[in-house]
Parts: sequence; C-alpha cells; structure tokens
Amino acid sequence: MARAVTQQRKLINTAIAWGIGLLIFFPILWTILTSFKTEATAIADPPVFLNFDWTLENYTAVMERSNYAKFLWNSIIIAGGSTLLGILVAVPAAWSMAFVPSKRTKDILLWMLSTKMLPAVGVLYPIYLICIKFGLLDSRLALVVILMLMNLPIIVWMLYTYFREIPGEILEAARMDGASLKEEILYILTPMAVPGIASTLLLNFILAWNEAFWTLNLTAVNAAPLTAFIASYSSPEGLFFAKLSAASTMAIAPILILGWFSQKQLVSGLTFGAVK
Amino acid sequence: MSFKTTLFGASAMALVMTGAAFAENLVIATVNNGDMIRMQGLTDDFTEKTGHTVEWVTLEENVLRQRVTTDIAAKGGSFDIMTIGMYETPIWGANGWLVPLDDLSEEYDVADILPAMANGLSHEGTLYAAPFYGESSMVMYRTDLMEKAGMEMPEAPTWQFIREAAAAMDDPENDINGICLRGKAGWGEGGAFITVTGNSFGARWFDEEWNAQFDQPEWKEALEFYVGLMNDYGPEGYATNGFNENLSLFQQGKCGMWIDATVAASFVTNTNDSTVADSVGFALAPNSEGVDKKSNWLWAWALAVPAGTQKEAAAKQFIEWATSKDYIELVASKEGWANVPPGARTSLYENPEYQAVPFAKMTLDSINAADPTNPTVKPVPYVGIQFAAIPEFAGIATEVSQEFSAVYAGQQSIDEALEKAQALTNDAMEAAGYR
Repeated sequence: MARAVTQQRKLINTAIAWGIGLLIFFPILWTILTSFKTEATAIADPPVFLNFDWTLENYTAVMERSNYAKFLWNSIIIAGGSTLLGILVAVPAAWSMAFVPSKRTKDILLWMLSTKMLPAVGVLYPIYLICIKFGLLDSRLALVVILMLMNLPIIVWMLYTYFREIPGEILEAARMDGASLKEEILYILTPMAVPGIASTLLLNFILAWNEAFWTLNLTAVNAAPLTAFIASYSSPEGLFFAKLSAASTMAIAPILILGWFSQKQLVSGLTFGAVK
Repeated sequence: MSFKTTLFGASAMALVMTGAAFAENLVIATVNNGDMIRMQGLTDDFTEKTGHTVEWVTLEENVLRQRVTTDIAAKGGSFDIMTIGMYETPIWGANGWLVPLDDLSEEYDVADILPAMANGLSHEGTLYAAPFYGESSMVMYRTDLMEKAGMEMPEAPTWQFIREAAAAMDDPENDINGICLRGKAGWGEGGAFITVTGNSFGARWFDEEWNAQFDQPEWKEALEFYVGLMNDYGPEGYATNGFNENLSLFQQGKCGMWIDATVAASFVTNTNDSTVADSVGFALAPNSEGVDKKSNWLWAWALAVPAGTQKEAAAKQFIEWATSKDYIELVASKEGWANVPPGARTSLYENPEYQAVPFAKMTLDSINAADPTNPTVKPVPYVGIQFAAIPEFAGIATEVSQEFSAVYAGQQSIDEALEKAQALTNDAMEAAGYR
C-alpha cells in the first residue's frame, strides 16, 4: 500500500530538491552571470550578484578573437562520432555478454572497467607517436577513435545492465520464429532497450563533449574543439575572468540545451530497471 | 603586343607566382597573456609585409608547456613557432630541439636585445629564442598608504624595512593587508617566489656537487621570515594565492605592498581595471640586511622555431617581425607606450617617450640587477634565478613548493617541510644521476 504523503511533507521535499538543484547549478549560474560583467566587476570583492551594469562586451571580444563556429563544429563531430561508433561496437558486445555469457564474462567486464583506472597521461606518448605515424595528429578522426575507445567500457557496462533486464525468452521466441541474429538485435532487442540506449548515447555524448585531455593534447588548429576554445581564455598573468566565463558559457550552452530537452529520456534511461 | 611587353608581363607573372609559392601558413603556439593577444590582433601587418598568414593556438601556460614539450620531443611538427620561457630555452637548445637564431638580419639588430635576456635565452652563446617580452620582479606599493604611515620607500629596500612598512600599512578594519605575496604551490608560482626570497637570504638549491641545501640555516631563516611576515600582515588563505589572486587584491586596494612580476605594473596602473591606479609606487625587490643579492627574478616569454619545421625561413621572418623595434613602434602608435611589450630591447629604454612611463626605469633596473649565472651568494652548479635550468627541476620544485604551501596553510612545521624537501630533492637528483 502506498504511503500517504501529506501536503506539508510534499512542500518540504520540493524545497529540499530545489535547494540541492540550485546548489549544484550555482557554479554554472555564476559563470553565466560573470560573462555579462566587466573584468573589474568580475573580480569585485564583495562579489556582485545581479546589481551590475550588464554588458555584452565579453561576447563581442570572444567572437572577434576566436572562430567559435569552427570549434563548435569540431566538438559536434568528435562527440557525436565517438558516441555513435561506440554504440555500434558496444551493442553486439553487450548482447553477447547479457544473453550468451561465458565463464569469463564477469572477468572481462571487470577488466574492461579497470582500463579506466589507467591515467590518460600514461599513454600520451605512445598515442602521440601512433598519430604522427598515421598522419592523424590534429585530425577529428583520431579523436573520434580515441574517445570511443576511452568511453567504450562505460557504454558496454551500461548497455549490458539494460539488456539484462530484458527477458531472454522474448529473444528465444524471435529465434524460434526464424529471426536471424541481426534481426534479433535490430528489430527485437534494440526497440525494447530504447530508453537505455538513449541515455547511454546522451551520457557518452556529454562525456566526449567535456573531454579535455586528449582534445587538448592531440589538436592544434584543425580539429580543436570547444575545450581548446575555453583553454585559450585561461591566463596565468592577467585577469580575464569575464572573457573566460563568456567562452565557457558559449561552450556549455549547446550541451545544456541538449540536456534540458532530453532530460526525460536521460532520467528514464538511468532509472531503467531500478524498480522491480 | 610587343616582345618587350610580353617579356615584362611574363616576368611580372613569374614574380607574383614565386611570391605566392613562398607564402606560408604559420601555426604558432602561444599563451593567453595581454601582450600576446595584442600581437594576434596586429598580425595583419605581418601578412601585408610578407604574404605569410598566421594561425594561433592559444593555451593556458601549463597546458601549453605540456603540449609543446610532447610535440617537440616526439617531433610532431604541429607548430612552426612556439612561445617558450627562459627555463625551457637553454635545455631544448642543448637537446637540438630548436633552430639556432644565429642568422637574423642586420636590421633586426640582435645586439639591441637586453644582455640579461639574450644570455638567458642562449645555450653556449647561441641564441635559440627571441624575447617577445621580459620581466623581473619588484615592489609595487601604495604611495598614499605609505605617506599616511609617515614612511618613505627607499629605491632599494631591505626585507627588514618591508616588514616595518607592512606593519605600518596593515589595517584589518579597512580590509587592507600590509603585504600580499605568492604562496600557491607550483614551481612557477609560489615556488619561484620562495626561491628568489631564499636567494636574498643567501640560500641556494644545490651546492657545487648537486647536493640539496634545504638543511642549511639560510633556507630556515628565509622561510621563517616569509611565514612570519605573511601570518602577521598577509591576506587570509595566502597559501593559495598566486599572481592573479594578488593582482585582484591589489587592484581593489586590499594590499599595501605587492612584490611580483614587473609586467604587473601596467595592470595596477591601468585606470580601467585598478581602483588604486593613481597611487602606485615602485622599488627594487628587497634583500635581507647584509646579503648582497636581491630577491628579483628574470623571465622572458620568447619565440622559438622547433627543429624540423618545413617553414623555417617564414618562421624566422615572423620572429623578426614580432620582436623588432618596428613592432614596438606599431603597438605604441595604436595603443600607447605603456602597452608596448617591455623588457626585451635596450633601445626601448632609451626612448624618451617610453622613459615617461612611470614603471619603465624600475623595470629596467630590476632586469639589470638579475644575474642568472650567479643567482645567490654562494656558487651554484646551475643557471637560473627562480629555477635551475635542468630538466628535472620543474618536477622537483613543484613537490618542494607543495611542502612549503602546506606550511603556509598551517598543516606542517617549517622544519618538517625542509626535511621533506631535502629528502625528496636528493632522491630525485640521485635517480637522475646527478649525485
């Protein structure tokens, strides 16, 4: 029997949820606000919250100095490409682990996850040399492949978890009806796991969008995405916080909008199978 | 059409095509400092003069360092020109990673580069990077607060005077700290500052046999003085303050004195950003009484050509343009003399118009007072003032500065930090084969 929730309790829960939400969102809000301040107001002490002369001068300066569209396009290609490629590789892998597990499946899953424990800088030099050898330095293709490999363990793990919630009998029934392996994955399994696949896609797109080690170390002028765009406004000698905030706001805006519109899928995917 | 006209036309076309064939696109890696960004805005002048175009890769200092080091060591060829500092230049020059700049044109006038800068950017007498701007460190102080305290800043103060002045200017009720200094961990941040402070107390990193010297009394004296001064008259949380944090405090009128890079002078006297722009004075970096070494450093952001670039000639042309006397005139004509890149050329300091800039003389005096080959009182086996120009230094000094920052944050004692610094430095030097 469901417990009765009083009106007062509801109000308190809502207030707590809003409080936590605002606390988490505050750094982003502060960045957005700072982007509309002058450099002098940005460092004012005590800090100014809303009562300042709002200006667009930082956005104008950033747009004049940098080719934002080029950075944005590179981010879209790299994040989108690595996510799609990752899904293509991970769906069959997760299918085999979920529906035809072997004695070593658990070990393989753990081993895959353990590769995430290696600090990226440990393989920087070998990867750099490989990129030079194949002429892939400062290319989007190299980043698509590397980010795909980097996120692959997470994609496989997530999909494996979702696939395990799907009864194997349904797939068996499809097989008995004469479905081939390809048809089984494409027409039976995938439609049933859409919420899980969608949330995996979104999460990995966000991870790839924010990746700031390989994207900074393997690019120069051609393949540099928005992480390099932000890095170009950070300064050790000089106060350019307002411009840095404007650049950061422009870099996170697309992903914020995407996250806002897809939050329903993201939440339903992440909680998929949570209640049994 | 006559034969002569045809010949003339053909020659003209050949010339145009030759020009087009030699027009290169240069990729330059640089840092996001005010002078560098100004240069990016003026590169049309270079393109107009030479036909070469330029693409910039601007990165944060530490990211840039990692990025260009990886690229140059792996011979990646991502960049045609790199912005590097005085620490990397002699090491990379010795490794054969940089193209020697020994054939620059006569008009460029290499002899005009300030000797301290030219020496710091050379290896065995060969210049490997041309200084775009140079800096030392000096005292910046509030003239109004000094006057209120009834004191007068000497041109060359001692640390003991600085402490007295900090005590007199410290005014917690009005949120004014007597002094603001770097304490942030990192070899180029607080590590640089405590190293030069150590120099001015007679301390040194290594003896002639590369043995660490943190167990010597000079280091203890320097650290005790610094910690005492900052605990008594410095801002709260100074253990995490670097250049930018102190710049922000000074510009808002929250510091009586600030000892830091000479390049900061143009920021604190800029009326758009600084609330105290009209009341800033300058003095040489201090030394401890009886010690004949001041606590000023020497640094340059310089342009170098990585060995192996296919565009060496065009890259050198760019370096000649960006670090020339003409470039300085170009900036002065567009943005005023106070905004020209300082600290690189002797002729700039002989220019009467630049001499009128309030911090010009003190910047030059500070640079001239720095001697990278004799950074402290006792002899040392290394070159460099706020660093030792060996590849291992950055890693060791970052760890040592972390130990010192832990002292500033009250997490350990001075003795504990010095003991750890001594052990980790000796271990690292032994592993690297110096000892």
